[in-house]
Amino acid sequence: MIAWTIYITFAGALLLLFLPRIFARWIALLTTIGGLALGLAAFVCTPIADLAHFATIVRVPWVSALGIDYHLALDGVSLTMVLVTGISAVSTVLFSWDVENRQNEFFFWLLLVVAGCYGVFLSANLFLLFAFYELVIVPKYFLIAIFGSTNKEYGAMKLTLYSFFGGMFVFIGILVAYVTGGTLDLNQLAQFQFAPGLQSWAFPVLFFGFAVLAGIWPLHTWAPTGHAAAPTAGSMLLAGIVMKLGSYAGLRVAMNLFPQGFQMWSKSIAVLAVIGIVYAAAVALRQSDLKFVIGYSSVSHMGFVLLGLATANVLGVSGAVLQMFSHGVIAALLFAVAGRMIYHRTHTRELDALAGMNLSHALPFAAFTFVIAAAASIGIPGFSGFVAEITILIGAWKAYPLAVWITGAGMVLVAAFTLRALKQSFFGEAGSGVVRLQEGRVALDPDWNEQQSITAAEKIGACLLMFATLVVGVYPKLLLDRIMPAVEAMRFLKSGG
Amino acid sequence: MSYLELLKLASPEAIVVITALVVLTIGLTTGREAAGATVSTARPTGNAGSRSSTRSAALCAFVAVLGLAVAIGAVLMLPRNATLFGGMLVITPLTSLFKIICIVLAFFTILLTTSEKSLRHRGEYLAIVLLATIGLMLLVGSEELLMIFIGLELLGLSLYVMAAFDKTDLRSAEAGLKYFLFGSTSSAFTLFGISLIYGMSGTTGLAAISAKLATASVQPLLAVGIVMTLVGFAFKIAAAPFHLWAPDAYQGAPVPSAAFIASGSKVASFVVLGKIVLIGFAPVHGSAAWHGMVAGWSPVLAALAAFSILLGNLVALAQSNLRRLLAYSAVAHAGYTLLGLVAGGRDGFSAALFYTTTYAITLVGAFGVVGFVRHETGGDDLSNFSGLCSRSPLMAGCMAIFMLSLAGIPPLAGFFGKFYLFRAALQASPSHGLLWLVALALFGSFISLYYYLMVLKFIFVDKQAEAGADHRSVMTDYVLQTSAISLLAAAVLLLGVMPDILAAQILAAMP
Repeated sequence: MIAWTIYITFAGALLLLFLPRIFARWIALLTTIGGLALGLAAFVCTPIADLAHFATIVRVPWVSALGIDYHLALDGVSLTMVLVTGISAVSTVLFSWDVENRQNEFFFWLLLVVAGCYGVFLSANLFLLFAFYELVIVPKYFLIAIFGSTNKEYGAMKLTLYSFFGGMFVFIGILVAYVTGGTLDLNQLAQFQFAPGLQSWAFPVLFFGFAVLAGIWPLHTWAPTGHAAAPTAGSMLLAGIVMKLGSYAGLRVAMNLFPQGFQMWSKSIAVLAVIGIVYAAAVALRQSDLKFVIGYSSVSHMGFVLLGLATANVLGVSGAVLQMFSHGVIAALLFAVAGRMIYHRTHTRELDALAGMNLSHALPFAAFTFVIAAAASIGIPGFSGFVAEITILIGAWKAYPLAVWITGAGMVLVAAFTLRALKQSFFGEAGSGVVRLQEGRVALDPDWNEQQSITAAEKIGACLLMFATLVVGVYPKLLLDRIMPAVEAMRFLKSGG
Repeated sequence: MSYLELLKLASPEAIVVITALVVLTIGLTTGREAAGATVSTARPTGNAGSRSSTRSAALCAFVAVLGLAVAIGAVLMLPRNATLFGGMLVITPLTSLFKIICIVLAFFTILLTTSEKSLRHRGEYLAIVLLATIGLMLLVGSEELLMIFIGLELLGLSLYVMAAFDKTDLRSAEAGLKYFLFGSTSSAFTLFGISLIYGMSGTTGLAAISAKLATASVQPLLAVGIVMTLVGFAFKIAAAPFHLWAPDAYQGAPVPSAAFIASGSKVASFVVLGKIVLIGFAPVHGSAAWHGMVAGWSPVLAALAAFSILLGNLVALAQSNLRRLLAYSAVAHAGYTLLGLVAGGRDGFSAALFYTTTYAITLVGAFGVVGFVRHETGGDDLSNFSGLCSRSPLMAGCMAIFMLSLAGIPPLAGFFGKFYLFRAALQASPSHGLLWLVALALFGSFISLYYYLMVLKFIFVDKQAEAGADHRSVMTDYVLQTSAISLLAAAVLLLGVMPDILAAQILAAMP
């Protein structure tokens, strides 16, 4: 049944091409809600024991000439990712409610991205997974290049070329796995014993190819520019789900197929991950554009995911999966505040300019949301970020104690830049007071008065995201119970030890 | 062997010949006076003449299309297997399949001509297209070097004329002349190569040559013969460094001619090249593996492929005219396709054929859109495409499908084609010997994404420079053409989502 998340999203995208624009946003909303509902239904209905292994949902022959099956499967990890896709997708549509320019096209590209993400998370066939993975790239280009803001064509092209550059390596890795293993079925390939010599070079080719999309240092530079250039919905999707495609596929494909290669390279991954966490946080501290701050914070948080994967133990990897969920929600929330609630109304994202506006009075709901998002992002207990990062760090303590010390220092930086952004954007010194504020308003946007309040759609979207991060933060067992058995079943743990 | 049986086995070709003659006659009897009227009399009275010339053009196109449809029927009626005159005419499931594909490509090319204003003598033009189609069918259906050469010449001569057909356009004349000069030189090379091979092996049948090569050692003279033969085909498929004619021919020739040169001619050339190297020269395959190069034709083709991929993609980056861009990308795609032949075997050959077929379909469609834009804005530079998506969303969408398929983005045909090809190449040699070539090809397709996206950027992102002329009339003129283009786009999408439709057919037809 969960396979229908893919079908209805594609169907929604196709419908958008043919129906008049008054239906556009409603179709998009209904489609994404349908996807989320299916995800939740699977979450409630599937017994936890069934989620411990990658169990087939659909399997039909597809290309007989090459022995490719259309094969979907589900376990705890993919279910978690499907859920976060559903949540981000619904809130993304809500935050794009008043897109006016080429509405059908906008939602068409958006739904294609969402459908591709569902596809990647559910694929159990390498070819299928790769097809969905590449399918996501081009819609992103159009979303950013047509509907974006600052330097959009540059940002869009950079992002697309980086993704495709990683995809090139992934392609090689997949072909090598296929030709050597003789099958494209992920479950069968996970049983196949690849020669250690092959694993030693095939693993990095595959893993780092995927990791480009996860924003691994030093190939992360597409992320901040891309996020800043993208429309709000684009950044929410990009940071929320698309970056997770890289880390998810790295876990599902690279680590699972080449466990010995993974052992040889896990230390390098950990080093790059730690550098990414600290470096991106330090850079974020110096940014003046709010979206760049959040863009670099995404790189920093994705560093946690990679560190978790590199630990190669159940706790660390489960923490990484949880962090994928948590960051998906938090990043969407942060970008929603920065791109929609603030930028849409003030037409600036410069922290210095925002500091003079005293926005916490003008937009109290936005301020509230941003406080929550910042708290979750810093890792205050009670929010999902805390649970995820603490799990990763406990896992990492067993594998790389030194990394934990450095990361700990990095977390201080994360707190520092988040608080700086929070203070400057909403709680800045009001300067010469209300008079200047009003001048600023009029000069920045003639329609200021009409747009002043936060719309209902935005409120619902923000509440959905805040609810998700709170629930997981308070009761992480809900997800961890499903993630951990699935992670335990993966091969690299058994042969790793 | 009675003549009746010969006629039966060669019936598709015969039907196309008859159609060509009929079309020519119709063009001569009805079109000539009308065209003469428009030329001799001035504008005021030209109206009636142009109307009757339009009618004659429509009649010619209708007859041509009808003849092709009958020819497809005739191909379907052929027996499964037959061989005439030591391989001069061979009928196998593979040849039948590719005859149909060639006819279909000709069919779409003719649909593209329907509203092309620059072609004055429609009947003659269509007759030449049909003659070229016969060339394609002879090429596909022969396993004998002499017959292949005749097919090549028939095809080549027709294409030269088609390229130069627009007498009012200097560029068209340039295209025709360049194509002719390069083409005839390379024909000379091929003929020389064939004569050497004949001299060394004493036969022109591919199977017989293969048997001869298997027993005798490879002498230098034979190697020269093989390389010379390959040079001629490298010209036909526009592989670097024999591609120099392509940019001018693609840019200058009338749009339908360019589409046919880029599609039908390429498909047939790949079929024949595959047959020659994989059947005729099978014993001297050699190996292009990284650490295990063995002399033979496959290192030669591998070098051609590598050079084409690099040169085609890098030069395409710098183009500002869409047709030139497509020409350089064609060089790169010829390189990719050669990978399948380098790999050899059933898998490699069928992958190459699948790729070149989907590529041909894509390019006919892309040239259709070029024709549309040319009609609308009077040019085919990239800047002419700005804002196409607001002028004609349908054409913009089709172009997106074509460009993304060429770039190898799923779920389009190009993506599966690349996967199939690269997998065949990787599987062909032990311990991933051809990985270097596959990696190079992937790097090339990474570069290519940039320029294909630039095309789409002009179409979807950039605003239209100024309001053009009357778009409405263009759209109504182009109903037939736009529906043909949409059909091709749908085919590209379908072949990407369900590649088995074609891939399984090709694989089953492989000997």
